[in-house]
Amino acid sequence: MIEFDPTEEQELVVETVRQFVENEVRPAARECDEACEVPRGLLDQAHELGLVANALPESVGGGGERNAVTQCLIAEELAWGDLAIALSIMSPSLTALPVADFGTEEQQQRVLPRFAGPNFTPGSIALVEPRFDSDPFRPKSTAKREGDEYVIDGAKCLVPWLDGDEQVLVFASEEGRAQGFLVDRNSEGLTAEAEQNLGVQALGSVELTLSGVRVSASDKLGGDAGVNMPALVARGRVGLAAMGVGVARAAYDLAREYAKEREAFGAKIASKQAIAFMLADMAIEIDAARLLTWEAAWGLDAGRDALRESTLAYQQVQRVALQVADGAVQVMGGHGYIRDYLPEMHLRNARGFAMFEALTLV
Amino acid sequence: MTISFDLAENSVLAQEHYNRIAREQMRPIARDADTHEHELPESWVEWYWLHGRDNVGDVNAPSDGFIQVCIQAEELCWGDAGLYLRTPTAALGGSAVAAAGTQEQRERFLTPFRGSGHPIWGAMAITEAEAGSDAAAIQTTAERDGDDYVINGQKIFCTAGEGASQVEGGFVVVWATVDKSAGRGGIKSFVVPAGTPGMELVGLEKKLGIRASDTATLRFENCRVPAANLLGSAEVKKRDSKTGDKGFKGAMATFDASRPIVAAMAVGVGRASLDFLLEELDRQGVSVRFDAPPSELTAIERDVIEMIGELQAARLLTWRAASMMNKGKPNNLEASMAKAKAGLAVTRITQKAVEILGPPAYSKKLMVEKWMRDAKINDIFEGTQQINQLIVARRILDYSSSMLR
Repeated sequence: MIEFDPTEEQELVVETVRQFVENEVRPAARECDEACEVPRGLLDQAHELGLVANALPESVGGGGERNAVTQCLIAEELAWGDLAIALSIMSPSLTALPVADFGTEEQQQRVLPRFAGPNFTPGSIALVEPRFDSDPFRPKSTAKREGDEYVIDGAKCLVPWLDGDEQVLVFASEEGRAQGFLVDRNSEGLTAEAEQNLGVQALGSVELTLSGVRVSASDKLGGDAGVNMPALVARGRVGLAAMGVGVARAAYDLAREYAKEREAFGAKIASKQAIAFMLADMAIEIDAARLLTWEAAWGLDAGRDALRESTLAYQQVQRVALQVADGAVQVMGGHGYIRDYLPEMHLRNARGFAMFEALTLV
Repeated sequence: MTISFDLAENSVLAQEHYNRIAREQMRPIARDADTHEHELPESWVEWYWLHGRDNVGDVNAPSDGFIQVCIQAEELCWGDAGLYLRTPTAALGGSAVAAAGTQEQRERFLTPFRGSGHPIWGAMAITEAEAGSDAAAIQTTAERDGDDYVINGQKIFCTAGEGASQVEGGFVVVWATVDKSAGRGGIKSFVVPAGTPGMELVGLEKKLGIRASDTATLRFENCRVPAANLLGSAEVKKRDSKTGDKGFKGAMATFDASRPIVAAMAVGVGRASLDFLLEELDRQGVSVRFDAPPSELTAIERDVIEMIGELQAARLLTWRAASMMNKGKPNNLEASMAKAKAGLAVTRITQKAVEILGPPAYSKKLMVEKWMRDAKINDIFEGTQQINQLIVARRILDYSSSMLR
């Protein structure tokens, strides 16, 4: 049967996350953006909620409760708080979930326990490339087999690079197929340069250059079977779609509250149709995007790749997040443009969804 | 409860059942019915009356409830929206009686629609020349006279108004004011049975689309109906009192049930257009890729992905509004969201399909031009795009109708 209500358990999780977001994330959002950094204490605190660890297999100490819909509900709440902080909090998923999904038994035992442990361990994925035609299915970066090793060359960007882990999951084409490789961050031939981007400034991401980087054959994700890229990309698109909905909702909330306070020509501006209709459109588009996202997540939970559904949702969210954030700046006028308020940051962050491919995973 | 997009078995059966009806009974005559505006599409009406009213699936099996009604509307409008509106049912008049009528009224007016006599129609008459979206401005009067009300005025844009006013057994629900000084508080609705003296069919509109549907102008001249035909309370509450316009609000509540259906109708027309577009692109060897980087997507692929997303978004908003009705939750906001989204999305989708398919789609040899004409009504009737935006805006701002006009 068709059903639009979360389970009681999911509602409880959402409520817990929302409280954390209200108390800890929202107050820190602006400062993190200006400082281009998320304080480690905040990530440690978030880790105690077990948002990623709960989704990891029990065999490595995780909670064994992998559910894409639940992860979407969490992702939306976190991103409603702040996108860069949300991506940072969920970053363990970037290394851990692909290893859980596609890794060999040996890779799972080697990699996953630290993400299920008591301390926050950030994950990192290098999928996006610094070019206009960046394509997750056909990276221009290459991996060539040489004896018991792979040699990786290429360039990557938007790579989260939080302190606290030594690995990054790099994607490169091997004989024309995208594959993932567990690469040590201090490998010879690998250089990381801090990025300064339009948005998600607090993520602390880097641009990676790989020149002749060598990894052991046992570091190829999934061994000979490799990676199911459509499934991985779909899990990224669903997670990002959920976060995009969160960003849009944050911008919309601010615009709506502002419009109910701000007076012009002797009346609240929200009582003018020109403003009220913008807000109505935002509300409709946000709900529509959320339902598409849930449908794609539900498809993943039903065991499908759901690439089509996740792409539809992600496409819609890219448009909606940008449109709503832009609308929020517009509703607030000059106040939306200054950094005393958050919509200008929402606008900068929202533009990124066009290129964030797999910057979070469910 | 858990979020799920799995249709109940009955819904799947309904989808198949109504899609077959759409393909076999509606599509073959759709163009002809469009061309012969104002002629009764007899084959459809007779067929539906004889075979279309059966229950689908096991009535005791788990069901998606009101979502199944939306699925029926989507499938039949995928077949043909004009014919769907010409289907012999109680339609909106029936929704009004079901929502605001007493048990006795429901039996008296709705039972014939389950009967074995000849095909009959129900309709709702609200709009007037000077009162469209602003339904509170209606001028038609109903004056109490003994055990009767006497109705005077003229109604336009009454969907299925010809059938409902002329064919015995059917009825028109007419909105009229019993007290103009009371504003919306004075507005009541009355069931006027077909053939009641004083109710006259003045004319039928010539329209952009849904031409198989009879959009009537009805004149009421000293049209007398028993007081027992008044739906809801006869009491007139004053304009300023807090609970002042409950009767009017009750009447407006019919829209919370009908808007998801109209949204589903829109989705059906949009899907007709989109399905055809995808088939045609496939025939031409044009594929739509979901795994290509944006830099490689063609303009057509971008458009089509957008159209598929918009249509599904509209469908999910519609099903959510319907799902809330199943649970008895107020869905005023969600119904308007669905209607606003579906009306606009489908208007754009059907227009875009003509653009993409080019000159052949502009020709009446194909149905694409017709779907574009049919789609537009969904952004107008049962509350225009703007009225639904207004309702959504009031809800999200927690503003009354006087705070946001």
